[in-house]
Amino acid sequence: MERVQELPLVVRDLTVAYQKRPVLKEVSLSLPEGRLIGVVGPNGAGKSTMIKAILGMIPRISGDVQIYGQPVDRVRRTVGYVPQRASVDWDFPTDVLDVVMMGRYGHLGLIRRPGARERTAAMEALERVGMAEFAHRQISQLSGGQQQRVFLARALAQDARIYFMDEPFAGVDAATEKAIVSLLSGLKASGRTVVVVHHDLQTVREYFDWLVLLNVRVLAAGPVEQVFTPENLARTYGGRLGNLALLAGAMPQQLRSLGGD
Amino acid sequence: MALPAPFVIIAVGALAAGASGLVGSFLVLRRMTMLGDAISHAVLPGIALAFLLTGSRAAPVMVLGAALCGLLTAYAVQTLQRAGVQEDAGMGVTFTALFALGVVLITAFAGRVHLDLDHVLYGEIAYAPWDLWLVGDVSLGPRALWTMGAIFLLDLLAVVLFFKELKFCAFDPATAEALGINVSAFHYLLMTLVSITTVGAFDAVGAILVVAMLVLPGATAYLLTERLSTMLALAVGLGALASVLGYLLARITDTAVAGAMAVVGGVLFALVFWWARRRRRG
Amino acid sequence: MDANTQWVMSGTALLGMAAGVVGVLALLRRRALMGDVLAHAALPGIAAAFLLTGSKTPGPLLTGAAVAGVLGTGAMAAITRYSRLKQDAAMSLVLTVFFGLGIMLLNVVQRMPGGNQSGLDKFLFGQAAAIVPRDVRVIMVLAGALCLLVLVFYKEFKLLAFDQEFGAGLGLPMGRLDLLLNLGLVLAVVTGLESVGVVLMAALLTTPALAARYWTDRLSRMLPLAGLFGALSGVAGTLLSQVGPRMPTGPLIVLAATLLFVVSLLAAPHRGLAARLVRMARTRAQVRRERLLEALYDLSEEAASAGLPADVTVADLERRRGLSPRWVGPLLERMVRTGVVERVRAAAERQEAWRLTGHGLAEAYQVARRERLHLVYLMHQAEIGAPFGPEVHPQLEPLLRLHGLEPVLGRGQPGEGVG
Repeated sequence: MERVQELPLVVRDLTVAYQKRPVLKEVSLSLPEGRLIGVVGPNGAGKSTMIKAILGMIPRISGDVQIYGQPVDRVRRTVGYVPQRASVDWDFPTDVLDVVMMGRYGHLGLIRRPGARERTAAMEALERVGMAEFAHRQISQLSGGQQQRVFLARALAQDARIYFMDEPFAGVDAATEKAIVSLLSGLKASGRTVVVVHHDLQTVREYFDWLVLLNVRVLAAGPVEQVFTPENLARTYGGRLGNLALLAGAMPQQLRSLGGD
Repeated sequence: MALPAPFVIIAVGALAAGASGLVGSFLVLRRMTMLGDAISHAVLPGIALAFLLTGSRAAPVMVLGAALCGLLTAYAVQTLQRAGVQEDAGMGVTFTALFALGVVLITAFAGRVHLDLDHVLYGEIAYAPWDLWLVGDVSLGPRALWTMGAIFLLDLLAVVLFFKELKFCAFDPATAEALGINVSAFHYLLMTLVSITTVGAFDAVGAILVVAMLVLPGATAYLLTERLSTMLALAVGLGALASVLGYLLARITDTAVAGAMAVVGGVLFALVFWWARRRRRG
Repeated sequence: MDANTQWVMSGTALLGMAAGVVGVLALLRRRALMGDVLAHAALPGIAAAFLLTGSKTPGPLLTGAAVAGVLGTGAMAAITRYSRLKQDAAMSLVLTVFFGLGIMLLNVVQRMPGGNQSGLDKFLFGQAAAIVPRDVRVIMVLAGALCLLVLVFYKEFKLLAFDQEFGAGLGLPMGRLDLLLNLGLVLAVVTGLESVGVVLMAALLTTPALAARYWTDRLSRMLPLAGLFGALSGVAGTLLSQVGPRMPTGPLIVLAATLLFVVSLLAAPHRGLAARLVRMARTRAQVRRERLLEALYDLSEEAASAGLPADVTVADLERRRGLSPRWVGPLLERMVRTGVVERVRAAAERQEAWRLTGHGLAEAYQVARRERLHLVYLMHQAEIGAPFGPEVHPQLEPLLRLHGLEPVLGRGQPGEGVG
């Protein structure tokens, strides 16, 4: 049993509720280091909420979160966050390189200005997402997939030890998808931990080696091979195997071996 | 050392417009220009009270009163918002009430408040060269020049020091928060700067047209460039230019400087707007 | 009360009423500050009208104001449509540039013979004290026109305010209605400008409407209520200004309206802050009680399945369920008095521990069962497709079993204690 300080994320009894409705109920997780961890569950299951609650962006009713044994506020620099694309002002006067350099602001601290080192780190990050030649392009001129890659580059530039990504694959083109996948492997190869909220069951096995099944509560968590079973999926997505199409897409072979409900 | 009057007037105007353009640019970027409008109206009771309580018209006192009032406004608007009031309605209620309060204070206590309402509204830039800062027997020059100069430097210092934080908070506050930047603190910093700059600029152009100086340079610069640092520099420059040309226009047409500056600023904006549109089309 | 004051009072009351009514629509359309913008933008129109016609009668001046208002609206639309600037910037730009132009024109006017009367402060704060019968007649006509407008197009404005897309879907000309609303705003502004000034109009268009919001959700009630509040503000302000020799009427009307707003915000039943706080306190008390019962049940269940005694300490409740001892302690005491829990001494830790009584268990069972049904409902909401209630319980029960959540302890055994 690893000590808490060595685990990138330990969550205990996390509960988040709006009015009386629990959105997350007694969520407990201990994530191992250096894995690509997918978080899947139906819509409205609280996946984005969990990430935000972990990062302290929304209040929680109870529960404890520790990142490498410390409360989140103390280690923000080592935590990277790639949100869903929405809330940014795309007309802002800034170029791609500038946005990526913002990822270094945590390291710079107050007042200090970004210099050559930050610029280099940012350019490297852009290369890794395949956007280097867009460095001086204004952000409003980018396509959706390109914007997503810029956000990923920003997170990379942050050089964090654990990353949280909220549906990075949603609505992106094939080229961006490939870029993201290769990025994730690169991160894993350098020992980082990546937690990805994911929406597409078909690609779970391909992308991740660890899985969390979430639907208000944690239904299962562990290596993909062990956790990604029809029974667990049934409990997460639907009591009856009513979502056969869903499951058939995810695991055609196993389905044949299943009997009735 | 007596500076020529036109120089003083132009310098004060340019400093006021430059400082306002600088902080106003962030209001434009954060879509908060109406809050600038609100604050510039709402600082009136602050100034009146500051005078009533201290009996002094000294700049630091006024500035403090204004800063506190500006912060109060920003805080009240946020509180109302959290209580479920629409943001723009909250602003409307707050600043009209504060402005009305200010007018009542000034008018009712007119005997004790030697604040000429016209001065506050119109500004008195024409008198700036003769309103001297006297220390004992020595004249240090026009008071407005010192005040506005100091405020300009303050704004410049804050923007330069916190450039990247202000940028990030304006661009993507959610991620900035996640990264550990105190977005709320920088919001109130900006509000404080706006309040202080507003009061300084009252001297030059009066309460009413301070908003012009807050918004016009920034909005114009926004259309001209895709880089924040360039935008800010352009805003300062455009502000100064509008104030110079405005002064000249006011002399030619024999009207108040305040109105002329706003009109010149508007003309500059219109030109840039038209040019930018042609560039996008073509 | 002298005749003059009476005229002033009727004028401001009518004005307040019309402004309140139109203000509701502006508020619901999220255009609360548009009145402020239009009021400032009207100045050049008024000055130009005087310059062109040399007349100070309401007709030309108001027409000038209206033209300026329309031009301002057009300018705002052009700015947002053809550039990167957003609506707030468009509003501020129109406000300041038009107003600046107005000041320049006003300076020119002031130097002309007969132009001296139109001082800036009059424009800002109005000369409410100088309202004469003729002004009141003008206000009456314009206010009447506004109210008629709202009455005639009531259904359409309602759609415009609450669900524009639906209205467009029905084939109603929403764009033109919007324009009509803007024109209505211009009309309201213009009506009040001469008598009560710019700042006041902005306030009258926002504050009474906002105050009315706290008393009702229904447009049919909000409109007359806002009108009433506006009128009351006018009357109150006028009366207050009689108090002292130098009390300006306009600003006092604003303050009266603000006071009405603050009172509404705090004291309105159901929607006001006081009522909400009371409701929140009650809900919180109920929620706490249920959370405690549920926690007691869960922990007892766990203990029972491990063969341990079902004793729970306050520390357990804090650690496992995030329940703060601050309120758990007193609540447990109250529950002892009502026979829901009993005190026991946990031998091992020499700490105070608590245990559900038979009665308590029966109640806690119900609470726990309901919470778990709700939880399972939330997890499978998409397939169930109906709102949570007794009708869906049959569907939920098998799901309870599937997730291993079915409460067993105390089932069907009222009055029997825990082992």
